[in-house]
Amino acid sequence: MTDSHDHTPAVVEEPIANPGLPAHQWRPTDLDERAAKRAERQVAGFFGLSMVCAILFVVAYFTLEIGDNFDTFIGLGASTVALGLALGGALLFIGIGIIQWARKLMGDHEISELRHPAASSDADREATLEALSLGIEESGIGRRPLVRNTLLGAMGMMGLPAVVLLRDLGPTNAQVADAEKGTGLQHTIWKKGMRVVRDVVGTPIKASELEIGDLVNAAPEALFPTEANGYPEIEGVELQVQKAKGAIIIVKMEPDEIKAGEGRDNWTVDGVICYSKICTHVGCPISLYERTTHHVLCPCHQSTFDLADSAKVIFGPAHRPLPQLPLAVDEEGYLIAQADFNEPIGASYWEREKQ
Amino acid sequence: MSLDTSKVANSNRATAATPAKPSKLGGVAGWADERLGLATMAKKNLRKVFPDHWSFMLGEIALWSFVVLLLSGVFLTLWFNPSMGEVHYEGSYDQLRGIEMSEAMASTLNISFDVRGGLLMRQMHHWAAMLFIAAMMVHLLRVAFTGAFRKPREVNWVIGCVLLLLGTLEGFTGYSLPDDLLSGTGVRAADGFLKATPVVGSYMSFFLFGGEFPGDAIIPRLYIIHVLLIPGLLLGLIAAHMLLLVYHKHTQWAGPGRTEENVVGFPMLPVYAAKAGGFFFIVFGVSAIMGGLLTINPVWKFGPYDPTKVTAGSQPDWYMGWPDGLLRIMPGWESVLFGYTISWNVMIPILIVPPLMLMVLIMLPFIEAWITGDKREHHLLQRPRNAPTRTAVMVSLMTFYGLAWAAGGNDIIAIKLNASINQITYFMRVAVFVGPAIAFFVTRRWCISLQRHDNEKLLHGYETGVIMRSTEGGYTERHLPISEASAYTLTARERDEIYTVDGDTDANGVVAPGSRVQAVRASLSQKMFGHNVQKPTAEELEEAHHHAEHEHVLEAGLDHPADGHQFDGHSDHTVEDAPLRGH
Repeated sequence: MTDSHDHTPAVVEEPIANPGLPAHQWRPTDLDERAAKRAERQVAGFFGLSMVCAILFVVAYFTLEIGDNFDTFIGLGASTVALGLALGGALLFIGIGIIQWARKLMGDHEISELRHPAASSDADREATLEALSLGIEESGIGRRPLVRNTLLGAMGMMGLPAVVLLRDLGPTNAQVADAEKGTGLQHTIWKKGMRVVRDVVGTPIKASELEIGDLVNAAPEALFPTEANGYPEIEGVELQVQKAKGAIIIVKMEPDEIKAGEGRDNWTVDGVICYSKICTHVGCPISLYERTTHHVLCPCHQSTFDLADSAKVIFGPAHRPLPQLPLAVDEEGYLIAQADFNEPIGASYWEREKQ
Repeated sequence: MSLDTSKVANSNRATAATPAKPSKLGGVAGWADERLGLATMAKKNLRKVFPDHWSFMLGEIALWSFVVLLLSGVFLTLWFNPSMGEVHYEGSYDQLRGIEMSEAMASTLNISFDVRGGLLMRQMHHWAAMLFIAAMMVHLLRVAFTGAFRKPREVNWVIGCVLLLLGTLEGFTGYSLPDDLLSGTGVRAADGFLKATPVVGSYMSFFLFGGEFPGDAIIPRLYIIHVLLIPGLLLGLIAAHMLLLVYHKHTQWAGPGRTEENVVGFPMLPVYAAKAGGFFFIVFGVSAIMGGLLTINPVWKFGPYDPTKVTAGSQPDWYMGWPDGLLRIMPGWESVLFGYTISWNVMIPILIVPPLMLMVLIMLPFIEAWITGDKREHHLLQRPRNAPTRTAVMVSLMTFYGLAWAAGGNDIIAIKLNASINQITYFMRVAVFVGPAIAFFVTRRWCISLQRHDNEKLLHGYETGVIMRSTEGGYTERHLPISEASAYTLTARERDEIYTVDGDTDANGVVAPGSRVQAVRASLSQKMFGHNVQKPTAEELEEAHHHAEHEHVLEAGLDHPADGHQFDGHSDHTVEDAPLRGH
């Protein structure tokens, strides 16, 4: 089988012979001058409507207020609706007009064109190959492997600057990790004695104020620095980072319902138990709590944790239980942390167990 | 019948332009040609033929919505501020006034509530993005189902697949920019995906976010990726996609006068240019109307991103739904090897299966060509039924996609159907494997029976719906032959050739090199084509027609085609000399 034979298109014209293109059929607009005139007026009419819409757009732009009228009309701003309809109309009528013009008035003879094989002619191929090999030959790249190999090496090494330049995109975890400051994947801002506060208002929580079945979204007090509590100012990126890691949920249940994990017997205060709010799957904040079963569900991928049983995974794609924060109360009866989490919170990563 | 063609619009068969009197147009063209030399290229392309079919419009929707994206996107950049600096929002939207948020979010609200036409442009941009990706997907299905990816168009198929990937990434980076609660949740999940990467996960996360999540670098970085890097790649690849389309000339459906060697249709100038250009305005206009009437991504309802908050029913944009679904139904597998954590529960659904699916998609034409051993060029499209295995593979992939996508909405399904989310998830874990297998089997048999139906039509004609009663009292349905044009169209397909291995072993019983591979190929070829129904041969057709004539004599009673109104007086035209239908 020759190469050129290979490229010939498949032949399909059997068992019935190709009857050839059907005869062209004239349209009413081709034969009847009045029909053509009518089509012409239609097309012009569409273009005219487009102009009207464009003017309406300008009128709507300057007459309709936005700002606090954003939902006056079917939940949307009158301005948005009017501008959208006017702009849409202006564009659509141009499109409809052009297509009507093409369908009714432009010549509608189907024409046939021969295809050419995608490949170049054999002569062209040969000439190209010849030129290519001549060029390669003249460069001497084949005869001087030393030049070729060192060039390849140099090109390869150019990858190093390209990659190394990206190194300062960010610090590594090892560079930022600091237990004291609570930075790095393995630490949070929680510390021994830090009060547990409500996550929006920052007020401390008395263990005795909680009712059975309560779930409180809480945060470390250090995120709400005041002169009274003496924590240093925190804002911007640092605040966001610590918020992202320090978020917790506290739940109060009957003390005898809690199956304390190994070595976690004194981590709860009178049935009040505390876990990281950050899902161990890919890091969504979890929040959907069902008080009768003590289950909490992550709304992103539905991992379900049993808060009465060390937040073990009972359903869904997460693997690890939510890290538990050991709780205690201070002398005023407010909930405090006994220490930071004893494991990294949130999504898993390669070197997690090493830290 | 003679026609007065003097009033006919100038046909495209007019004689070539002569430089008799330099017209104004000729003057401009001449000026340009003397500097740019465009005439040589333009002469071939101005009247280039494009075949017409509604399904060829799907890719056009993708192309034009990309243009809408460029235009509306440029508008948005004039006000959007891709910064994570915290500000107090002081704009028009009451409920968020005084709230601390990033400048990205504040400027998004500003575009929505304080720039006239801003919300319209935001919504148009988002709707056009939906259209862009949806149109690419449907266009991809059209190409695959009709075999348009066969030689010589494989490279264009690969470019198209890469475009779909880039479009998806472009969508993700785009909807993450407003830094609202929903998109921030998505970015945090993406951070979780990065961290699940073996060895370098935490490094990738720290480098992308410029430190610990969320940092203050991610929005500006996503922004430049979204407005420069990916659009640049998209533009280049779309240009290559179009150039190859022009070079190969568009595929066409088989039919009278349409062969593998020609392309029949309207010339670029004027008809195709007018239709395609007009269609641009239609796509643009439809996205404007959608942007004006249909709320999309109301970030003001979600509020600014807060890493401690999330809303129930959090979901990514629809095209990211299927990996999200896989993530949801994946069992919680994680292992610790030599002290290092491997998160199978994230790696498999996000880092392994989607790239694998993309590779499968890219490889489809090459796998098929290898099995068939077909090196010929193909310019006539195949009806999906005439490639039962390919059609079944595609439907199988679609079923997988659809089930995974549905799994991504398992919470919504559970709420709407009042079903248990656990049961839905368990069902989906099985369904993503069983569903595609069932779909493959059903589709293949369905295609084959449709092929059989085509052959029946060719051999015995079409069912007229006219019931004939014979003198003995038996009833039969009258079949009438289909028209020559339809008969030709039905038979304008290739006969499948099953690849066989010959000379497996030589005279001494030594296995030929590579023969095991060839045997695999032969068996795949057998599986692929073995059950297909081939079109009738000339003899079979001849015999069937002969038989039909015989039948007609026996069933005589009507000497002309029946229109079903012989006896009820509703016949409004004489059918004596008219063929019944253009079947």
